Amino acid sequence: MFDFLDSGQYDLLGAFWVTAKLALYSAIGSLIWGTALVAMRVSPVPLMRAFGTAYVNIVRNTPLTVVIVACSLGLDQTLGVTLGGSDFKDIGFRLAVLGLTAYTGTFVCEALRSGINTVPPGQAEAARALGLSFTQVLTLIVLPQAFRAVVTPLANVLIALTKNTTVAAAISAAEAAFLMKEMIENEADALFAVFAVFAFGFMVLTLPTGLILGWAAKRLAVKR
Amino acid sequence: MTSVLYDTPGPRAKRRNVLYTIVFLAVMAVAAWWVLSALADKNQLAADKWTPFVTDSQVWTTYLLPGLTETLKAAALSILIALPLGALLGIGRLSDHRWVRVPVGAVVEFFRAIPVLLLMMFAAALYREFTTVSSDFRPLYAVVTGLVLYNASVIAEVVRAGVLSLPRGQGDASEALGMRKGQTMLYVLLPQAVTVMLPALVSQLVVIVKDTALGGALLGFEELLSQNRQITANYGANTIATFTVIALIFIVINAILTALAGRLEKRLRQGKKTAAVVIPAQAGAADAVKKAVSDA
Repeated sequence: MFDFLDSGQYDLLGAFWVTAKLALYSAIGSLIWGTALVAMRVSPVPLMRAFGTAYVNIVRNTPLTVVIVACSLGLDQTLGVTLGGSDFKDIGFRLAVLGLTAYTGTFVCEALRSGINTVPPGQAEAARALGLSFTQVLTLIVLPQAFRAVVTPLANVLIALTKNTTVAAAISAAEAAFLMKEMIENEADALFAVFAVFAFGFMVLTLPTGLILGWAAKRLAVKR
Repeated sequence: MTSVLYDTPGPRAKRRNVLYTIVFLAVMAVAAWWVLSALADKNQLAADKWTPFVTDSQVWTTYLLPGLTETLKAAALSILIALPLGALLGIGRLSDHRWVRVPVGAVVEFFRAIPVLLLMMFAAALYREFTTVSSDFRPLYAVVTGLVLYNASVIAEVVRAGVLSLPRGQGDASEALGMRKGQTMLYVLLPQAVTVMLPALVSQLVVIVKDTALGGALLGFEELLSQNRQITANYGANTIATFTVIALIFIVINAILTALAGRLEKRLRQGKKTAAVVIPAQAGAADAVKKAVSDA
């Protein structure tokens, strides 16, 4: 039943490696972009606040599929933005990282914003009383505590991101869902085995993330 | 507006904020100029690429509205099937019997751990291999099946959180009145839990609407997003204009749903008729369980 695994016709590990890389790059990107967004949303400059709010509300309500497909059809095929990719699979990968980062950043931003709300006001007030500027209050006092408070929500965002990397199959990035589509068509008689293999693969990717970050959440929680 | 993060701006801070505003505007202007000139380069800003959406009603009646109907149909079917199924799974997870609780828990965790796209592709292949569903309806069936399996598991967690968030006294009191376990659940716990769950359920609808687009991109489901191929083919490769309109439709629908969830949450918090804790719209199901347990 599982003999398609030995045929050497499909690069299963390679596909999951691409999925893992997609998830990793997009995770790094969206953590940075989400932090920048939340800094804008709480900043003293009204225009930045407005931009942050508008961006989050617009992008969060757009389907990820629309974002990713628009990256491919709009950015690549219409405007010729390839982000330095060489062949179409490589371009698809790079554009998928861009789309996933733009989309997931909004969820990171919202998680961090709720984290900022858990930091007692006295912390920021004491920091201001010491004469720290807004940037110092945010980067030295508030954000470090906010990050530690939202490890669990962030873990959920990252797990959702790992699952969302499958959307990149829509623009031919050579990741797991793209290979599964191909295998379902070629190995119709081993349908259940194919599904089981890919389901198992995603559980291997997502369950440790949840466990490790759940452990980290307990270790890092600010004791109050 | 005052914030705890910064002092009320004095004269110097005001000047600095104006400076930041100007710098930020300049950066945005450069970005906008780059985008617009790139669009103009590829002739995407030409009026004839955008006017069909305003002047030509055919683009709406032939492509966009039928696509939107399919999207909403799939979303409505999914939530209608997923709700009772999710409630059943949620109650199953709370069962006193180990042999019910453990398998139901495994099912819920399994479907939550797997990307919904995998479920859709698997369902599509199942319908193709083992049923006689005609190929016209197969994509809709596949999309709805995938969405139901995933969202029923998510709703199961929300239901569990809702029931757990009720004070113990509710269940104890109904037991003291001589109600059976089923009656307690059906007449006492669930009605109160559903009320506190409403915001979370409405915002789950946003997730469902967004996920229908997956079927359009990969399974040949003729929903709103997939209409871009037809429109760009018939109206002169107006890719950017088409995507802008399609995204706007999605954003408006989802923004309305999000606002509705927010209003429901606010109303439920103000008019507190139950002892339960309102489950916030934006929280993931896992957080909701944790919050409910720690608040209970």
